[in-house]
Amino acid sequence: MRRGEIITAGVLALLSIYLMVDSTKLGVGYVAGKGPAGGFWPFWLSVGMLISTGFIALNWYRRTSPPSQSDEPVLDAYGRKMLLLVGGGIIVFVGLIDIISMYGAIAVFLLYYLRFLGRHGWVLTLSMALVLPVAMFFFFEGLMRINMPKGMSFTAPVYDVLYDIIY
Amino acid sequence: MEILSLLGDGMLIAIQPLNILLILVGVTVGLFIGAMPGLGSVNGVAILLPITFLVPPGSAIIFLAAIYYGAMYGGAISSITLGIPGASTAVATTFDGRPLALKGKARLALVAAAVASFIGGSVANIFFTLFAPLLATVALNFGPPEIFALMLLAFATFVGLGGDDIPKTVLSICFGLVVAAIGFDQISGAPRLVLFGMNGFLGGINFLVLAIGVYGIGEMLWTLDTTRGEVTSSKADISAKGIITDTGETFRLGWKGMSIGSVLGFFVGILPAAGATPGSLMSYGVTKMLSKNPKEFGQGHVSGVTAPEAANNSASTGAMLPMLTLGIPGSPTTAILLGGMVIWGLTPGPRLFIEQSDFVWGLIGSFYVSNFFALVVNLAFIPLFIWMLRMPFTVLAPLIFVLSIVGGYAAMADMFDVWLIVLFGIGAFFLRKFDYPVAPAVLAIVLGPIAEPTLRQSLLLSSGDPTIFFTRPIAGPITFVAIILILLPALKYLRPAKARPAE
Repeated sequence: MRRGEIITAGVLALLSIYLMVDSTKLGVGYVAGKGPAGGFWPFWLSVGMLISTGFIALNWYRRTSPPSQSDEPVLDAYGRKMLLLVGGGIIVFVGLIDIISMYGAIAVFLLYYLRFLGRHGWVLTLSMALVLPVAMFFFFEGLMRINMPKGMSFTAPVYDVLYDIIY
Repeated sequence: MEILSLLGDGMLIAIQPLNILLILVGVTVGLFIGAMPGLGSVNGVAILLPITFLVPPGSAIIFLAAIYYGAMYGGAISSITLGIPGASTAVATTFDGRPLALKGKARLALVAAAVASFIGGSVANIFFTLFAPLLATVALNFGPPEIFALMLLAFATFVGLGGDDIPKTVLSICFGLVVAAIGFDQISGAPRLVLFGMNGFLGGINFLVLAIGVYGIGEMLWTLDTTRGEVTSSKADISAKGIITDTGETFRLGWKGMSIGSVLGFFVGILPAAGATPGSLMSYGVTKMLSKNPKEFGQGHVSGVTAPEAANNSASTGAMLPMLTLGIPGSPTTAILLGGMVIWGLTPGPRLFIEQSDFVWGLIGSFYVSNFFALVVNLAFIPLFIWMLRMPFTVLAPLIFVLSIVGGYAAMADMFDVWLIVLFGIGAFFLRKFDYPVAPAVLAIVLGPIAEPTLRQSLLLSSGDPTIFFTRPIAGPITFVAIILILLPALKYLRPAKARPAE
């Protein structure tokens, strides 16, 4: 934790410096007759962020914040595995949206999570993984008129059938 | 007494069979739209606006106002049961609503939210009826310096009373405000902070992207990590008797939050460009400030639920006031209602009260009726919401992830924003591990688009002189209180550091 605390503060400090530099593009001073320039607000807030990271580093040095006193690892074996399986699962889910459509990706994600992480039975898994995307399709596309990504062209036959039901 | 007879006539209009039916459908639809993360009252009102051309204008606005009401009640539901704010107006409800649900008191939290919403709505209705034109003129005197001072106060309550690590809280607020500044400079229209040259940032980052990422993904990962995946969801029992007991508890433990929220929310709601979200966040902050045990807030204090919920309903009624009396919408939803009224051929403004008296008083009457039905419908659905919580966590967690991604896409219609949700979620997970408070960042991204232009307009008014925030009669005292609140913990922070060597 102790090492993680200072690394996090360092990363945030770098981020604030980047934001400060990027804000200067629009000018950060007072323009007579126009008021503060466009970069004024984000620039000084980024300065505020940088100063805060300085204090966080000071607290780290003095060992006054709880994470800077702790010798526990940021992620233990369970935490790493959880982050990899769940966080990774979400990333794959979002990645699949543009390929097999939003509703297809939901079905795959639910199948993966319920069956392989949750160890639920096939009946529950399959019924949720199939019913939920179809129900969502009718809610969003039919009722709310919101179009979700349909993925690549090979999903078209399925959606043609579903759209026939709505219209 | 004239007001009472006008109100009586209005209520008679509101309880006509067609209008009652529209109110019932409206509050139910609103409740579910509000409860769905990513969809709020704005979506509900905007999507259903075309339907209202089938009925007379008086009934149409009653229907839309009922959806608006229902959505204000509904926003609390996902905040409490799932920990994801259903709408920006319910962000503050997650702070204490979620901890209550995790402690097994989900029913109490849901009842408290419903009852507080009802009280907030009722108080606002009475204010509305009595002081409509008078309050509108007071609020109109609020210029940019006053509104900025109010925003400063909202941030100050978080720094001064957060009880969290101060530098980390300040960093969180600044980060949220910078994220809100991404996209376009609102005043000059120039692209700003297009990070790493990625065009996706040109459109700016909506608060929902950060809120869904932080609460829908980050918080869930954190829960999975800290509980080792063995979450026992709350096992609150469902009974009519329990709901009555909880109503009693709500009044006993949450009356303070309810009263502050009802009054403060209404006033903030009237302010042009403010609306229900700042109203609820400020009420939460002020209630915490005035509480004897501010440390209990964030751990599941009933007042932490009643304050923002009373406030957001009160504010949404308040926001109708400048819309009807002056033609200035106080929130995005009222802006759409205003658009609808113009399409129906009604011109909002002072003359509306004289020329379309039936319409105005019918609408005001419908506020009372909608508020009552929203409470009844909401209480009736509480068992359903609690049943959702009883699902095993391995079923609930993937559902929340799916809702976050789908809700995020539904609101933004852009895959870039969906990827940002994932990025913010994983980032928030790590920051949470290091004790960074994430709620201030969400507050900041919501208030940023109000705070920045008001600051810049104020400085333009004063030719760059910052004393404008101290010398104006309303802005001055507010700024002064805000600065004291910020300095208070700074003093506390420095003192033990000096005392330490002696320990």
